[in-house]
Amino acid sequence: MKKIDEKSIRPYGDTLNDGKIQLSFTLPVKSDERAKTAAKKLMIKMGLANPQVVYQRSLSEGFTFFVAYGDCTHSVDYTKIEDTGIAITRRSLKEIDSLIKEKLGRKIAVVGATTGSDAHTVGLDAIMNMKGFAGHYGLERYEMIDAYNLGSQVQNMELIRKGIEVGADALLVSQTVTAKNAHVKNLTELVELLEAENIRDRFILIVGGPRISHELARELGFDAGFGPGTYAEDVASFILDELAERNK
Amino acid sequence: MSKLGLDFTKVERARELSRKIADDVQAYVEQHTTTSIERAICRLFGIDGVDEEGIPIPNIVVKQLTDNNLLNEGICRFLGNAILETGMDVQEIAEKVSGGELDITRVKMHPLDEIKLTLKPLVDNAVNRVRKNRDKRDDLLDRIGEGPRPYLYVIVATGNIYEDAIQARAAVEQGADIVAVIRSTAQSLLDYVPYGATTEGYGGTYATQENFRIMREALDEAGDKVGRYVRLCNYCSGLCMPEIAVMGAFERLDVMLNDALYGILFRDINMKRTLIDQFFSRVINGFAGVIINTGEDNYLTTSDAYEAAHTVLASQFINERLALLAGIPEEQMGLGHAFEMDPSMKNGFLYELAQAQLSREIFPKAPLKYMPPTRYKTGNIFKGHIQDAMFNVISIMTNQAIQLLGMPTEAIHTPFMGDRYLSIENARYIFNNMRDISKEISFKNGGLIQKRAKKVFDEATYLLEHISEEGLFSALEKGIFADIKRPRDGGKGLSGVAEKSDDYFNPFISEMLGGNLR
Repeated sequence: MKKIDEKSIRPYGDTLNDGKIQLSFTLPVKSDERAKTAAKKLMIKMGLANPQVVYQRSLSEGFTFFVAYGDCTHSVDYTKIEDTGIAITRRSLKEIDSLIKEKLGRKIAVVGATTGSDAHTVGLDAIMNMKGFAGHYGLERYEMIDAYNLGSQVQNMELIRKGIEVGADALLVSQTVTAKNAHVKNLTELVELLEAENIRDRFILIVGGPRISHELARELGFDAGFGPGTYAEDVASFILDELAERNK
Repeated sequence: MSKLGLDFTKVERARELSRKIADDVQAYVEQHTTTSIERAICRLFGIDGVDEEGIPIPNIVVKQLTDNNLLNEGICRFLGNAILETGMDVQEIAEKVSGGELDITRVKMHPLDEIKLTLKPLVDNAVNRVRKNRDKRDDLLDRIGEGPRPYLYVIVATGNIYEDAIQARAAVEQGADIVAVIRSTAQSLLDYVPYGATTEGYGGTYATQENFRIMREALDEAGDKVGRYVRLCNYCSGLCMPEIAVMGAFERLDVMLNDALYGILFRDINMKRTLIDQFFSRVINGFAGVIINTGEDNYLTTSDAYEAAHTVLASQFINERLALLAGIPEEQMGLGHAFEMDPSMKNGFLYELAQAQLSREIFPKAPLKYMPPTRYKTGNIFKGHIQDAMFNVISIMTNQAIQLLGMPTEAIHTPFMGDRYLSIENARYIFNNMRDISKEISFKNGGLIQKRAKKVFDEATYLLEHISEEGLFSALEKGIFADIKRPRDGGKGLSGVAEKSDDYFNPFISEMLGGNLR
């Protein structure tokens, strides 16, 4: 059994360092042998050795779909990679409620919205609604959290206004539409508005969505970003810890 | 024969309840008009175009009414009168209004009978234009035929109508029967319809009449090539329901999303405004032979699909009745429902099967629109593909009519050309491989599926009883659907509503619907 060299890691198919990668893509050319060769050449340029097109099919005149495999010739030095994920202590709803009582001695106010022209509320509702998502209750269910769900297509100014009105500790922004970087524009505008009003520090700023990472959120001037697979407990825990930290 | 052991006298009772609910709404609707209805009438008369700032001319014309507090009189008498007085044609008049050279509310008023007579040829012209499109569709269906049901419905959403056309052609070659062009995010909240061919949109492509025309042409060409009529779908919902219905009628759209309840709940559009708009837009859709799609499936994106299943059925009953009142035959009622239960649920497939069969048996003639799993799509495209396969199996087992294909890449991006191919292949495989399964199966007497269907039906009836006592407006205020509460005077668009005056008339309602409604 070979030992993993953390200085040089590669994809794993069925043998260490075999570099196996599976991909599918479409090329804007007619489906024939020439198209297949083009697909393989492209894969070699991508750093994939032994390119194999295992399936190809014409989608329309001048478009061909490929399923292919190749061996990745590149590797990454895992020892040099910092953890950019968010460090959260996983707690249950009950634990969080009692910790808020104990550490803060008051309720936390949270305002959430899907901003800009984005009309998707599945993510926002998953975090905010009483019912929550996949068995994880939303913030409305927490005894020690006052949650205000403003819904979709809320303008940034409106979110800020509501945040000030209810004395929010945290503003939650949900963004689903990422076409043409619409989310980046929306999120940047919120930070700029808060900074212009000199109230950026007044709120913990959090963004969530299927294409959101903590790294991206930090880059855009948010305190945290939550992507797929995170739930209300994670958000609540983060706010709790952040507030406790700021109170010190 | 009911596979679910349904008691159809009870179904009749549910229909009586929904009749009462819809009649109450209709009584209110018939007394009112909206800015969007009057703009739709302008469009039917042939008023089109934008001014130098890009404002649609129908908006400018109708604004002259609202500025003078005359919306309640309706646009017809002022337009007809202006034609009589000036001798110009209707587009010339509209352009003069747009240029600030004419105020149609201050022209010498002629007798109402003369005005109506003057408008008659314009009304006939519009009605004939729509009728011709309907005939052309029937003719094409006769001549080149169509794909078997469930129709494969896919979306394109590049933001650029020309790119959409390329995607649509590819989808047709792979087997699509219906192509929907998703609208740019938030178009539903615009109180005007954008103009011309558009190449920039967010999350979709603007619904404009020119974009409709471009896509219609592309689908006709592609359909001709594959020997199958391909239906075009777009969205009537939002603040411009009737106007978009007119555009759809003029450009031979075949399927249109048309649901005020959806706009109220998910776009926060004022309920009075949009229910009034909905009626006229459905009259137009009905006359144009368009299959409407209702949006009940959306309730399950916010409410739990297992627990809220009855709300979908109750809403289907209400939508059915509201559609009948607008002259939409059952064959054009694409009532919506969805496959949205948590995939980790034990026996979830059986409950989905019960729900789909229930919709099928209660609305036997309706081309039901069945929506794919979206809520529990995770980004795991491999599992997503299986979720879609389960959804397709239910559809063929229960004879759904319009299958909005799920995409393995749901929750990641708007579909790539390759994603669409995989989904179409998935559906074609299952539909062909299981083609006659529904004729071969029955459900166990008193088994899980029958019990579940009965439970959902009873809960839906109970809900309908409640709504019929409460009234739809008030029930919506209390959050009856999708756990969302909407105040009756809240939301967008209420300022565009007026109570019809005694002299108000809209000749298109009687022309398209029959009867004496004005």
